[in-house]
Amino acid sequence: MSDDVLISARDLSVHYPLAKGGLFGPKPVVKAVEGVNLDIAKGSFFGLVGESGSGKTTLGRACLKAAPITRGTVRYTDGDVDYSLTEIDNTQLKDYRTRSQLIFQDPYAALSPRMTVRDIIAEPLEVMGLTNGREETDERVREIAAKCRLNLEHLRRFPHAFSGGQRQRISIARALVSRPRFVVADESVAALDVSIQADVLNLLRDIQQEMGLTFLFISHDLSVVAHVCDHVAVMYLGRLVETAPTKDLFKAPRHPYTKALLSAIPSLDPDDPNKAQKLEGEIPSPTNPPPGCKFQTRCPFAVDKCRVDEPKLEHSSTDHVVACHRWQELME
Amino acid sequence: MTRLIDVENLTLRFSTDEGMITAVDNVSFSLEAGEVMGLVGESGSGKSVTAKSLMKLNASNASYSDETKITLHLDDGPVNVMDLKTSKDMKVVRGGAISMIFQEPMASFAPAITIGDQMVEQLQIHTDMNSKQAREVSIEMLDRVGISDAAQRFKQYAFELSGGMRQRAMIAMALSTKPKLLIADEPTTALDVTIQAQVIDLMKDLVKEFGMGIIFITHDLGVIAQTADKVAVMYLGRLVEQGAVRDVIRNPAHPYTRGLLAALPQLDDLEKPLVPIPGDIPSPLERPPGCVFNTRCEEKVGDICSAKVPDFTNVTENHRAACHIYTQGSDK
Repeated sequence: MSDDVLISARDLSVHYPLAKGGLFGPKPVVKAVEGVNLDIAKGSFFGLVGESGSGKTTLGRACLKAAPITRGTVRYTDGDVDYSLTEIDNTQLKDYRTRSQLIFQDPYAALSPRMTVRDIIAEPLEVMGLTNGREETDERVREIAAKCRLNLEHLRRFPHAFSGGQRQRISIARALVSRPRFVVADESVAALDVSIQADVLNLLRDIQQEMGLTFLFISHDLSVVAHVCDHVAVMYLGRLVETAPTKDLFKAPRHPYTKALLSAIPSLDPDDPNKAQKLEGEIPSPTNPPPGCKFQTRCPFAVDKCRVDEPKLEHSSTDHVVACHRWQELME
Repeated sequence: MTRLIDVENLTLRFSTDEGMITAVDNVSFSLEAGEVMGLVGESGSGKSVTAKSLMKLNASNASYSDETKITLHLDDGPVNVMDLKTSKDMKVVRGGAISMIFQEPMASFAPAITIGDQMVEQLQIHTDMNSKQAREVSIEMLDRVGISDAAQRFKQYAFELSGGMRQRAMIAMALSTKPKLLIADEPTTALDVTIQAQVIDLMKDLVKEFGMGIIFITHDLGVIAQTADKVAVMYLGRLVEQGAVRDVIRNPAHPYTRGLLAALPQLDDLEKPLVPIPGDIPSPLERPPGCVFNTRCEEKVGDICSAKVPDFTNVTENHRAACHIYTQGSDK
């Protein structure tokens, strides 16, 4: 893995105004993502985890310039190309669209039932005008379909003829046909059965290595992330609370939230009831986040300082970053 | 322990425009009072349909075979569910002796009636409480499942509660009639892990307290390991393996169960490769002859797998699998 950074977010915030607001005074806003600093290295398989409502999807979309960036920047650097997504012009944006792609969660909703598989996969090429004529398009479609282990004889069929796993492979082929450099996979295996999920995960991993792609893999399932990602970031209520190489994070989690998340995963061993700390309560509403550390309302270790000061991300080792006032004490 | 329910030779077909679909094929199991049985399988395996059959809750195009026998052992003697014809007769079973919680708690509550009114309504149908008593019992149940400020929540609508709260309210409602058997259909699938851990703990406590039997339907083997006493594994409408939870998870006997476990990402061994089960689950319209799993099985013993339906063989005491691996051995 090279240390070059492909995507770099600085103080990234995405706020959505609520339609309903007071007649006078400022409209309330949902701070979906707030002050996130994130570097995604070129060629990495970067995991982003958190509970629903933590802002994972919004962060992923902001990196694709598919969500309005309220404050801060996202920078895309690849060789000679250097885009700042907040200042990008239309020509550059068009180019960025070929370089970045999104794979959706639900393979049943993401494919048009009225288009054949060939047309679905070919559409990005046609819309972006990346090929000279139908022959080249067909060739590109067949090439990527083969890579995604689709049966080439099935390209003339419609999506309804395929199972969930096959449909997800079609979605992946569509996302990769424009030869992107950066792919956001948003809960791409969440809708699949375990036996199929393993197949799609292996496929993503193989393709990523083969094509030298950079993945932002968004998931709520920590065990899936642990298996495919090399770097993981944990989000809570719009903030990053911890990022680390996968092995570090799972072996030595620093943030109390990460620890709680890990201990909440039901163990396969019936005689190993999770004795570790359990979280009380639920994630607060992002319209009305608590002051100080966002996790203080559920954190068993919260002290007065946590209720006032919001902790900044600090390095616990070179690659391991954590935002908690007490992480050092809690290690003992 | 006292026997709670016996299911013998449950076979269920749906007549559809495309032909007869066998959804459940010759399924037999039994459950004692106070026992938790996990029913595992992928989507389309017939788990939910099996559970709903216990209350004859399936759609009107369902037909049960003549051999099907479901006996519920109640205090006043056994009841044969198949003999109950009118919905008035079914009242003993539906919501009386058996309660059910569903996966999506938002869809299970009526949106325009308060949680409290719905709880009171069912208590008045199934017990001879007056509305004041029903109200008291309901609020007490809400409190019991860990809903704070229960009297206030009682007056609220489902949309005002968060996902975890809704599922707790659903559990409170299901248990307020003191059922003998609770069917929980993927009760934690829509919840975040930290909330899932809370709900699992709650359900464990309630089994101890109320001593009812639970059929816990899920596709998550980790959840099964943490909650169930015994497990039944389903594939394409057939039971393929049954046994005590420790036996099944530690020494899976059926190739399908082994495949499921191999495909599952596990946190304690991040290096373990994920091995998918090859192929997809066949359409129920094209059920393979012989063993239903033979089209995807990697441990086929010969032509017999696609010719003859395997019978259950005892692997050890209380652990049975339906696979020709075991019948072959006894022939020789």
